[in-house]
Order: sequence, then structure tokens, then C-alpha cells
Amino acid sequence: MNRFPIWKYALIALCVFVAFVYTVPNFYGESPAVQISSGKATIKVDAALLEKVEDALKAAGVTYTAALLDPNSVRVRFSDTDTQLKAKDLIDKAVNPDPNNPSYIVALNLLSSSPNWLTVIGALPMYLGLDLRGGVHFLLQVDMEGAITKRLESLAGDLRSQFREKRIRHGGIQREGQTLRIRFRDAAERDRARAYILSQFPDLAVVERDDGQSLQLVASLKPQALKRTQEYALKQNITTLHNRINELGVAEPIIQQQGADRVVVQLPGVQDTAKAKDILGRTASLEVRMVDEDKMNAENLARAKAGSPPFGDEYYVERNGAPLLVKKQVVLTGDRLTDAQPGFDSQTNEPAVHLTLDSAGARIFRDVTRENVGKRMAILLIEKGKAEVITAPVIRSEIGGGRVQISGRMSTTEANDIALLLRAGSLAAPMEIVEERTVGPSLGRENIQKGFDATSWGFFAIVIFMSAYYLLFGVISSIALACNLLFLIALLSLLQATLTLPGIAAIALTLGMAIDANVLINERIREELRGGATPQASIAAGYERAWGTILDSNITSLIAGIALLTFGQGPVRGFAVVHCLGILTSMFSAVTLSRGIVNVVYGHRRRVAKLSIGNTAWK
Amino acid sequence: MEFFKIRRVIPFMRFALAFNVISIITFIAAVAFIAIRGLNFSIEFTGGTLMEVTFAQSANVETIRSTLEKAGYKAEVQNFGSSRDVLIRMPIEKDQSSAALSQRIGELLRANDKSAEIRRVEFVGPQIGEELAEYGALALLVTAVGIIAYLALRFEWKFGLAAIIANLHDVIIIVGFFAAFQWEFSLPVLAAVLAILGYSVNESVVVFDRVRENFRKLRRASVTEVIDSAITANISRTIITHGSTQIMALTMLVFGGPALHFFALALTIGILFGIYSSVFVASPLLMWLRVSRAQFVRERKSRRDENEGAVV
Repeated sequence: MNRFPIWKYALIALCVFVAFVYTVPNFYGESPAVQISSGKATIKVDAALLEKVEDALKAAGVTYTAALLDPNSVRVRFSDTDTQLKAKDLIDKAVNPDPNNPSYIVALNLLSSSPNWLTVIGALPMYLGLDLRGGVHFLLQVDMEGAITKRLESLAGDLRSQFREKRIRHGGIQREGQTLRIRFRDAAERDRARAYILSQFPDLAVVERDDGQSLQLVASLKPQALKRTQEYALKQNITTLHNRINELGVAEPIIQQQGADRVVVQLPGVQDTAKAKDILGRTASLEVRMVDEDKMNAENLARAKAGSPPFGDEYYVERNGAPLLVKKQVVLTGDRLTDAQPGFDSQTNEPAVHLTLDSAGARIFRDVTRENVGKRMAILLIEKGKAEVITAPVIRSEIGGGRVQISGRMSTTEANDIALLLRAGSLAAPMEIVEERTVGPSLGRENIQKGFDATSWGFFAIVIFMSAYYLLFGVISSIALACNLLFLIALLSLLQATLTLPGIAAIALTLGMAIDANVLINERIREELRGGATPQASIAAGYERAWGTILDSNITSLIAGIALLTFGQGPVRGFAVVHCLGILTSMFSAVTLSRGIVNVVYGHRRRVAKLSIGNTAWK
Repeated sequence: MEFFKIRRVIPFMRFALAFNVISIITFIAAVAFIAIRGLNFSIEFTGGTLMEVTFAQSANVETIRSTLEKAGYKAEVQNFGSSRDVLIRMPIEKDQSSAALSQRIGELLRANDKSAEIRRVEFVGPQIGEELAEYGALALLVTAVGIIAYLALRFEWKFGLAAIIANLHDVIIIVGFFAAFQWEFSLPVLAAVLAILGYSVNESVVVFDRVRENFRKLRRASVTEVIDSAITANISRTIITHGSTQIMALTMLVFGGPALHFFALALTIGILFGIYSSVFVASPLLMWLRVSRAQFVRERKSRRDENEGAVV
């Protein structure tokens, strides 16, 4: 009765082994590394970069222990800090030919030293939260109302100028809160206006209103348009933040949307909060200028590249490497651009980007295109005072009403990217810091040490007590507890769940609570023995009777854990995650694993005279 | 080794009335403290700025406070952990970006003592504080409801009710302690309170399980005897489990440093009162709610009824 089928023993052993493999990376420590990430919004990190870096290192005879490619960066590991520093300079020169205009950011970093084969199967060390690593955490709130107000104001401007052109007479357009109120003197004009708005402004919903004094139209953004404005405001800001943060050369920044109007920014290892905040506040800007095709001949281009472009022009290189001469005169600035969407050319079905300009922008643009159909225009993104050509398309046509289509020589991915870049360059909605946490690295290390100490001392105390009190069964319970810890750490490493200081406290708490199951089982076995049952029967009855109680009590703790998980934020979330996982692993290890060991020890013996479970005679 | 050689059933329920009176008194005392002195909420709930600064030598709290006051900042300064660490708390100031604030304060302090090092800064805007408080309350509510529902399913609604009342009593006592001593009530403390709620109910469940088993086993015993024997049988397990959890809480108190200090305190109080509430509060409540054998022995009865009408 105290025997498991072989497959069960095998399963348990397999679980322990797998857990061991996934826990091991946590003990490897860290080695110095260099991280190369993209320094410009227009440049991506790919396998070609990895190759370039590796070649550069090999050519210089610098040995590296590993080179990895992630979606966002290339990381190279070295055996010591001297090699790391030498390599950093080398790589910097190799990937950034122009030190004043770096395409890539090369930063020092610490990487886990676990061997490659572990990393490949997904065995990584636990992901440490900021309170254990040190760094900065910001929560930014986007002023959604501000974004909508801005949109309405620009729509109001558009309406005014377009009504003027179409000669629709009105008595004034005012923004009131989140609506636009347009006054009219007679119903005929109002109807014309209404028809016009419905056809040309699909985002607006119009309602007629009469307040005795004048006939009015009240226009507001349709719910979908409202939602879209808010989403775009948020996404624009996130893109802008991405670009800004790359500048800081932070190793693993986290920038995520949280809820409908907030952004979380986490910068591990950053100390200088003031600089971080300053950089987060800036935005890039856009400029539209004409390409000086008349002067673009081989001679001028060669001279321009050398540093002296023709008078009134500037030299730029397109993303695909083609050289350009762009006139210095700015035709249009980014704040005239209200939207940019990827799409398809209506005539040729090529990928294209559809731009929406506000009315002033549209007017300027119309003048420019009238004279320049078939010519090329350049759209530049200006960051940190340096400009870069995003795209230099041929002007094809104007769809009308401030909508412009740029196409030619772009794939759908490029169209997407360009649209995103253009939106990032235009004005983002204002943002405000609503929460900030900064932890210095020394504090982070201290926290880890303290958490570790508390957990280990507690663990040893419990093990000593259990072994003394329940003898062999106590030792088995302790082994089960150790495996519980192993499973928990393996799960946390596998899931890459964030470990915080309260999380470490949760590990300690879980160990204290997990031993409960084994105490229940052992006490039950003792009781059965006292009642006169045979040793084998006592073991079986003990485990069976205790299981129902263990299940009930763990589920109630789990309910509390899940409630915390749902409603908790930040470090407390870390606590809840560990708590819940710990309960699950404890059920497995305390019951199944310990039963497995007990079965191996006692189950296969013919006759068992006495169980080593302590004093049951009560003499 | 066996600490608990208990040969006879200990008549706990005889003292049920006395226990209930004590519970009510402690409960009222806790509520009074909470109402009158209020809780010392951390900035996570109130909003504001918190800075942890460390110096090379012992820091003089008074000089720091007056330096800040002269510069126009209302600050609460206290020692934290060692005498060289100082915690500075400032309420929300309008039009003050927290970056600028922490820079300024850093400069002011460094003017007096060059070794001042800012180890940690926390800034919470007022909205976030409100939200966190709301979420905390919600988490508590959801946990309570979830537990009642689960216990009603597994046992019977009377058990669910008795367990929750007894364990909320626990929670109020912990919060009462925090109000009485004005210990800082932060998010991790709330997490500890919720964990204790789960853990305490855990405790009550073990006793109830035994009660249910006893109802089926001990045919002729009265309700009181059934409950008494359930508690007695579990005494050793109760003490040992609470003991081991307490060992963990103790090591946290000793080694965990100031960050985990209040968390560990909340745990300790919860564990100690947990024993009290499960044995001396939940079980008498069961008695008062007139839990009876009938609920558990229903199946047997109906089978006998079927046979009675049979014609042989």
C-alpha cells in the first residue's frame, strides 16, 4: 500500500532534476559585458550588426566568452573588466564611424555568467526588481484631456479656414470643454455647414441646437475618434520615450503602457534622476524641406560629402544610403502634422504613408505641391539638434483637405515605421510624473543580502527542529521543504517573474507555512500508531486523512494570494506572485514528494516493526 | 520527542463565554485605537516624498529638520535603522517636481555635511495614493468574500461565517496594534495582513475538518465534546506550525533590516493572535451558531428511511 508505480518515482525525480537545472543559473554570478543597442530611431539591431561586432573583436584578437542577439541589442560577454573596457572602445569605433553622430549606443553591462547551453533552453537567473537592483522607476500620466483639447483647437482652426474658403457664413466657432460650438444666422448656412462637416470631417459628430439667440451646431469627437486620439497620444508618447531613453544608454529599460493613460518607465542602474527626467521631457521635431534636385550632380555631391555643399543646401544621406542635397529652407514644421497612418496608394497599391496636416499646413503644402508635383521632398526628424532624413519621397498628389500621401520605394514595414516616426516627431500630449521611486545600488545589494540571511537562518532552524522532533520523518519533511524551495526558485527563474524584497519575504513565509502540511501528516501518522494501527497502515491513513485538510487550508491562503495579485502593484505584486507560486509548489513537494521518499524507505519492506517518527508511546 | 502528551480531552468550550468576552473587549479596544489615534499611513497611501539619506557619522535629526525648515520645507525627520541613516518625509507640495525637490534637499544637506548620500527617493502623487488605498481595501474585501464562498462550499455556511468573523477579528487586532503604537502602515504591511488572513483561516479550517470528522466518528458525543476533542487533537500541530512560521518571522525581524521590520511585526502579531482566534473565537462561534451533527449525518438517515417502508 505504500508503493508508487515506477513512473511516479520517475516523474518526481524528473521534476527535481528539471528544477535543479533551472535554479542553477542563479548561482553563476555575473560577468562584465558590453551591450550595443540602437542609438537612432531609424536604425535597427540585427544579425548583420552581430557579425560586424564579432569580426571587429576577432580582428583585434580580443577574446569573448559569448555573443548574443536579442530583439533590442547585441550583448557580448568577457572574462574580466579590463577586456571589457578594451572591447567597448573597439566596438564603439567599429560601429560608430562618426563619433559625433553615433548610430549605436555602446554601454557597459553585467550579464549572468551561466553557460550558453543553459541560456539557450531558457534557463535564466531570476529577474530582480528595482529595490534589489537599484535604479529608477517613474509612472507618467498622459494628460488625455489636454490631448483632446489640442485636437479640438486644431479642428476649430481647420473649420474656420475651410468655411471661409467654401464661403459658408457662420457667427463664430468656440471650443467649450470637449465640444465645438458653431453659431449661424440662418438655417440654410447651417445645413450647408453640416453637410460639409459630415463629408469632410468623419471624426466629428454634429448635433443641431437652438438656444433662442442663434442657430447652432455642436460638434464633438465621435467616441471612436476620441478613443483613437487618446490611444495615439499614449503610443506617441511611448515611442518618444523610447527614443529619449536610448540616449541614456541604459542596459534594460522598461517602458510600458499601464492602464488607459499611464506609462511606466523603469531604468535599472540609473543614478542620475535629474538627467533622466530632463531627457524624458524633451521631444523631437519634424521638418519638411524640398530636395534640391537641380543641383544634385556627381560633382556637387562629392563636394558636399567632403563638407562644402552648394549654397543654401545641406547634405544628408537617406536611410538606404543614397546621398541627398536638401534645401535649408523649411517648408513645413512638425506641429502642422496632426496624424500619419500607414496605408496603400489608391492608384498603384504600393505601400504609402497618409499624412494629415492642419489647415495652415494644408494651405502651405498645397502651394508647394502646385509647383512641385513630381519633385522630391525630404522629411527630416530632428533629435538633439541633429537632423536625419526619414524619407524623401516624390510628391504625387494631394488627396485634398490636408491629406497628403507619400509613397514610393517603401515596403509595408517601412511605411509602418515611417508613420510611427512621424507621429513621434509631432507634438505629444503633455505628461506628468505621478510616482517615482529611486533606489541606490548599494541599498539594492544590502536588501538582497538581508533577505537571503533571514530566509536561510529560518530554514536551518526549522530543519533542525523537524529532524529532532520527528526523527526520520522529520528529515524527509526537511528534504521536501528544500525541494519546495528549489521548485519555487526554478519557477520564478523560468517565468522571469520579478523578485522584490517583499518577494523574498514571501519565500521565507512560504517555507514557514509549507512545513504545516508535513506537520499535519506526521501528527496524523503518530495518532494512528497510538491508536494501534500497523506502521504501513498508519502511513497510508496519515497521508490520506491529512490530504483533505491540506487542500482546504492551502486554497484559502491561495484566495488571499490571488486577491493581492489582482489588486497589488509594484513590490507588493512581487510578494503576491511568490506567495501563490509557493503555495502550489508546497502542495506538490509536501505531499507527493515526501510520500515518494517515504515509500522508497518503508514501502518496499516486508515487515516494518517501528516507524522512526518520534515518541508515540506517551509513557 | 513529544511535547504534547495530552491524554484527556481538554474542556476548552467550558470557558467559551469567558473567551468571547475577552475577544469582544480586545476587539473594541482595537477599533477604539483605530478610530481615535488613526493609522500612521506611509506615503504610498497619503502621497508625498520620502528620502532615505545616509551620513558618515551619526546624524543630528534636529539640525536637519531646522535646515530644511529654514529653506521652507515642512519635513518630518527621523532615524531609520542605524543612527547614521535618516528618513525624511515631506507632504505633497504643489508645483514642485520631485526631481527638483530631491536635488535641492540633497544640496542643502550636503552644505552642512559633505558625506550626505541619498540612498532612496520615493515620490507618490496624490491620485496614486488614493488608488493604492482603494485597491488595498478591495483586496481585503475580495479575500473575505472568496473565503466565505469557499468554506460555504466545502463545509457549510455556518463554518464559513464563523471562520471569517474570527479571522477578521485577527485583522482588526493587528491594525489596532499599528494604530496604538503608530507604527508605519505601508503596502507590504497590508500584504502581510492579507497573508495572515489566509493563514488564520487555514488554521480554523484544520480545526473544522477535525470537527466534521469527529461528528461522524463520535456518535454519542455532544457538540461541545466534539469540538473540544477536535481542538485537543490538533493542539500539537497548531503549536508546532505556528512555531515554525514564527521562527521565519523572527529571523526576518532580526536579519531583515528596517525595510522588512514592520512587515515582520505584522506577521508576528498575526501568528500569535491566529492561534487565539482559531481556537478561542471560531469554535465558540460554531457553538453559538448551533452547528449540529444533523448536517453531517444526513446521508445515513435518508438511506434508513428508504428501507423502513419496504415490505418484506
